[in-house]
Amino acid sequence: MSMFRDITIGQYLSGSSVVHRLDPRTKITIVGVFMVVLFAATDAAAYATLTAFTVLAVHLARVPARMLLRGLRPVLILLVLTFTLQLFLTPGRTMFTLGPLVASWEGLRMGLFMVARLLLLLVMASLLTLTTSPVSLTDGLESILAPFRVVGLPAHELAMMMTIALRFIPTLMEEADKIMKAQMARGADFESRSLSRRIRSLVPLLVPLFVSAFRRADELATAMEARCYRGGRHRTRLNRLRATALDAAAAALTGFMAAVVIGLRWWPG
Amino acid sequence: MSIETVDLTHVYMPGTERAVVAVDRVSLRIDDGETVGIMGPTGSGKSTLIQHFNGLLRPTSGRVLIDGEDLWPREKDGPRTADLHKVRRKVGLIFQFPEHQLFEESVYDDIAFGPRNLGLPEEEVRRRVTVALRMVGVPEDEAEALGRRSPFSLSGGQMRRVAIAGVLAMRPATLVLDEPTAGLDPRGRLELLETLSRLHRRWGLTLVVVSHNMEDLAALVDRVIILDQGRLILDGPTREVFRDPESLRRLGLDAPPVVALMHALAARGAQVDVSRLSPREAAEEIDQWIRAGRPRRAGSGREGDAGLVHV
Repeated sequence: MSMFRDITIGQYLSGSSVVHRLDPRTKITIVGVFMVVLFAATDAAAYATLTAFTVLAVHLARVPARMLLRGLRPVLILLVLTFTLQLFLTPGRTMFTLGPLVASWEGLRMGLFMVARLLLLLVMASLLTLTTSPVSLTDGLESILAPFRVVGLPAHELAMMMTIALRFIPTLMEEADKIMKAQMARGADFESRSLSRRIRSLVPLLVPLFVSAFRRADELATAMEARCYRGGRHRTRLNRLRATALDAAAAALTGFMAAVVIGLRWWPG
Repeated sequence: MSIETVDLTHVYMPGTERAVVAVDRVSLRIDDGETVGIMGPTGSGKSTLIQHFNGLLRPTSGRVLIDGEDLWPREKDGPRTADLHKVRRKVGLIFQFPEHQLFEESVYDDIAFGPRNLGLPEEEVRRRVTVALRMVGVPEDEAEALGRRSPFSLSGGQMRRVAIAGVLAMRPATLVLDEPTAGLDPRGRLELLETLSRLHRRWGLTLVVVSHNMEDLAALVDRVIILDQGRLILDGPTREVFRDPESLRRLGLDAPPVVALMHALAARGAQVDVSRLSPREAAEEIDQWIRAGRPRRAGSGREGDAGLVHV
């Protein structure tokens, strides 16, 4: 049952830190730039720069580190697997052998970089949702996507779908928890070791969950239509997005970070 | 079959900024054959408390004993020695809107889900399904046809009955229900109350009912426990608890209409016993009071008449 509690991606932690007050468009762009730059990093100095940037962001956001770390727990297996595969499958100078498997120094390097890359990516993505309320996140996204409307991209509809999806994550998790408990009260076994039993035990959980999700979707659609909702055209906003000096500072800092990392890679010598 | 809690405390998300103490040092004991109501304002910890009765939640501190057996023998991360599956068989828990947990293709299969999880042979499963349906008031000759239908094609009240039958098929000695009549129409509600009361009278089940609905509790239970902000603040016979509507109102609760009526009569000087709970009892009481002659025969009968007219 505790499996639903550790997921931090998609959660929002209200606050008033510098990062919380940034314009969502700035934050989305920063995370985008960060991701691109992350894939340009090839040496330790670049990773150090990126890590410093991330640590600074977490510190400024005043998000408890414990919470971020807890969110990483579910991907621990993925990290270990990535590291192991890199370690043994990268050809190079032998570090040690384990039966038929050969671990290389190059593999160690690649493995560590890969893990660092995934960790930084996850932390930044979590930080974005932790410091940006779902509403402003989608407002930001809609505003960024708006120029693509000319080529037929339904920006508003996409943003609205995302808002609704994010809004219902906690509701559905609560519902899943409740249904799971109700079936456990009828002797269902969700903790069995046997894989086939575990998969079969999903049916009594998923069927009621889907039924209730459809019912909710239906009710929501009716409620929206009852208030005359009809898509993006001519809609006005209560809170208009506004970029401030703070956003300029954040952009400058990100630009500097990106310059350092890219410089480290392509600067001659 | 007894349920006992000792200084039971449950904290959601302990150690974080968002920690919430849902249940705060609650000690109570529910004995075999009792009918107990649990009430309290929203957020008072009722639902959290009942999830401890069959080991679905683990106490932050304190103990839960079922038939004297401690469910969580060691304080921290010790090995579970209590068999939680066995406990869940003894204490059947029915959540709010239990019809939302139905999932099988037929009513029969859905009720059979529990017994099949117990690994029972199919003939025993069949017997249990039939008995469970009878327990919720489905006559034997209709059980066959109903069993073949899809649970999603039933009416709200019928779905709820089937969901309750699904728990009864586990043969629990105690039934714990969270807001059993919520969302039912008046007829469905009355039928369900009758079914529940029969489960106690005829099948000897211990009932624990969580409800906001004072009329439901007045009709079903002999004892009422009141929670407020996670604490147990009152535990006594239903009559005693409803005798003082003023203190109930302070908690955002209210006495059943019948009790309110008796109090209103008494406030106007009528000689009636205010601890009457059901409409029938109240009618008898009022009838007696009228026959005793206060309003009509007394020379200064105007006062009494006025009282009656206003009510």
